[in-house]
Amino acid sequence: MSMLMETEGVSVRPSLDGCVKCTICESACPYAAVTERFPGPKTVGPQEERFRHGPLSADWSVDYCSGCGICSRVCPQEVRIAEINSRARAQLKERKGIPLRDQLLARPDWMGRLSRPVGPLFNWSMSTPLVRIPVEMTIGIHRKAAIPKVQPRTFQRWARHHTPPARTDRVVYFHGCSTNYYEARLGRMVVAVLERQGFAVEIPAQGCCGLPAQSNGNFPVARTYVTRLARQLRSSTKGIPVIASSTSCGLMLKREAREILDLEDPALVDISERTWDIFEFLRDLHERGRLDTHFQPVELTAAYHAPCQQQNQLIGKPALDVLALVPGLRLIELDRDCCGVGGTYGLKREKYPISMAVGDGLFSDIRDAAPDLVLCDSETCRWHIAKATGFPVVHPLELLFRAYGGH
Amino acid sequence: MITDALVIGAGTAGLTVGIRLAEGGLKVLVVATGEGSLPLASGTVDVLGYAPDPVESPLQALPGFVAAHPDHPYRLGGAEAVAASAAWLERIAEPLAYQGDPDRNRWVPTVLGGLRPTALVPRSMAAADLSRGGEVLIAGIRGHRDFHPALLAENLGRAEAPGAPAIRARAVEVDWPGSAGDLVPFRLARRIEEAEMRRRLAAELKPHLGSAAAVGLPAVLGRDGAAEVQTDLERRLGRPVFEIPGLPPSLPGLRLFDCLRRALRAAGGRLILGSSALSATRDGNAVSTVTISQATRPLTVSAGYVVLASGGFATGGIVRDPDGHLREPVFGIPVRGPGAEEEAFGHEYLAEHPLDRAGVATDPAGRPLDASGAPFGENLYAAGAVLAGALPWREKSGEGLSLASAWHVTEAILGNGHGRPR
Repeated sequence: MSMLMETEGVSVRPSLDGCVKCTICESACPYAAVTERFPGPKTVGPQEERFRHGPLSADWSVDYCSGCGICSRVCPQEVRIAEINSRARAQLKERKGIPLRDQLLARPDWMGRLSRPVGPLFNWSMSTPLVRIPVEMTIGIHRKAAIPKVQPRTFQRWARHHTPPARTDRVVYFHGCSTNYYEARLGRMVVAVLERQGFAVEIPAQGCCGLPAQSNGNFPVARTYVTRLARQLRSSTKGIPVIASSTSCGLMLKREAREILDLEDPALVDISERTWDIFEFLRDLHERGRLDTHFQPVELTAAYHAPCQQQNQLIGKPALDVLALVPGLRLIELDRDCCGVGGTYGLKREKYPISMAVGDGLFSDIRDAAPDLVLCDSETCRWHIAKATGFPVVHPLELLFRAYGGH
Repeated sequence: MITDALVIGAGTAGLTVGIRLAEGGLKVLVVATGEGSLPLASGTVDVLGYAPDPVESPLQALPGFVAAHPDHPYRLGGAEAVAASAAWLERIAEPLAYQGDPDRNRWVPTVLGGLRPTALVPRSMAAADLSRGGEVLIAGIRGHRDFHPALLAENLGRAEAPGAPAIRARAVEVDWPGSAGDLVPFRLARRIEEAEMRRRLAAELKPHLGSAAAVGLPAVLGRDGAAEVQTDLERRLGRPVFEIPGLPPSLPGLRLFDCLRRALRAAGGRLILGSSALSATRDGNAVSTVTISQATRPLTVSAGYVVLASGGFATGGIVRDPDGHLREPVFGIPVRGPGAEEEAFGHEYLAEHPLDRAGVATDPAGRPLDASGAPFGENLYAAGAVLAGALPWREKSGEGLSLASAWHVTEAILGNGHGRPR
């Protein structure tokens, strides 16, 4: 607890004065551990930051940070290391330009909208080396990187035809791009589970949160996206909780957009302070005696991986707390920090091998545990782990949904 | 959030409390601002090294030491808690194969070539005990900036453990067989887990062994695979190998942190790193809630028991304001130490300063006291470096104090009735 924090509140750049060069962050960084291309969070962050004045710095290595945020979490001096590095990456990109690939990866809503009308063709082409090898060579998306299958019906389309029950208690659902285009089932499960607790779920039309643009160094696009999203979510009933089922996009709303992008837009501030991760919300309901605990047994062994952005919410592991109530379920808590995908990091040709090396420990733990299912709250992590291990990987809500008799 | 016990701090004291309470059946949440003290620690267990003369047996010296220092935190549990907690640690940190016991100090080299007393060492430092003298080879890696074998060996040649014959130390610096990138400990530790790297390092070292009884290396001998690294190097070199901890990050400290963190998880406890305790509320004579930071709005935790293990000045457990006022920032517990009007520092840098023993004072159960001398909260306990009255770096007592005070308060809490709070 540095003096700085207490007197001036959290701010990104001044926090580096708290750095005592203890290198705890470098020892904890899963990326620096496997590649010399990334010298470590302290080196590219608090250490290099003092040399960053306009065009003088050329520290391309900061682009090898995945933004997992572990460094900021382990720092005993509350230095916002990952956030400093995220800003440095944006500066670098501002000077050197952003390649086409990273421009595409920064816009998951475009990708979804463009690929859906030609869904079967897109899905086929992403599954054949005939297309993936040329894509790797021209655009730079690694041929083995996991690409999700686009679905014929968006979640929004389902939501438009869904009649919410008449209830006085309401919540807003922030489903994110991946639920909309790739995992509509998750959205339907979230709605079912929340309705079961007696809520009417409002599902306003919504775009991308801007996280992929932010992590690819395009801050102007990220700011536009997240501000627009905050207004869209705010169009629903005032003051009610906003529930997110993607822990990375949820963290973007809770903290990253305000902290990294330095946004204090009133709509964003309002939404940020009432955003909940779905399991954080369910755990809170349970503690207040409001969670329906009439569960059917779920006879399964499931291994849970808490992704980085879930851990960065600093809410503990509410998915495990809630799923522990389900009879029959055998839960294994995986003890690895990062799967290596880092959102869009692991899709990139030059970073895919690093991504696989970072995830190696997690993958072998999963193989050793040989569970029926792997659970993980972030979509890109789910796809990456499933591709790397061959195990089915689902959002932990899947099991709660099943415990309520859903299938 | 609702929990049986909230522990603030994830150093040796906090994690020990967390594991013990979780093993005792309590639902435990540990929060810490960051990874805190263990990645900076040597990985040894110092119990009592100087009182102020060199101590041969900490366990035998403790009763007299406590009698001479009635305000010292070793009065909480004393020698009994030290012995019990040390045995417990050996079990919890079983993969690190801790050696020795608090009944006898051993003398191990520092990174500058001094000798320091400590009671328990991980297996990676078993051969570092120079309390009977001997001949050692100190081997450094060229380009690793935190370890200077020539300086270390020269100083070690002048050092003597009490009553021991002289130490003969030679130095050698070899080339790192891997790529010549930035040779920092975490990277060396990872690469040395590859058998090929060890084969090549051993080949570099072999011509220099001579009659050395053991080889001292910087403490970079692996993280998860440290046991195998050491066994393999010893087999290749035909003699014991030992680590000498130096500048952070400390692999021996990180390995212990890994063990304790895993034990907490195995016992069902939860750890949130990156979250700070911000403030607390009291209800009657008890602490009822503690507010902790999250990514957005703070979280109110309601806990049956709260254990403050937030450390001293270095980790923010105790704060000294610019006006000289000392405070404990979460609860506002009065801090025992020099007042704002009094001298906090003496004139000699290495001498004892009035500020050195600052911390929170407790009742015999380990509960911090308010201004009236009554427990601040009947369910609030404190352990580790936040306690007033010790000089851990001078006494060489840091880990012993953390373990023993953590042991003492968990005995008190678990003794309150089957581990269920209130």
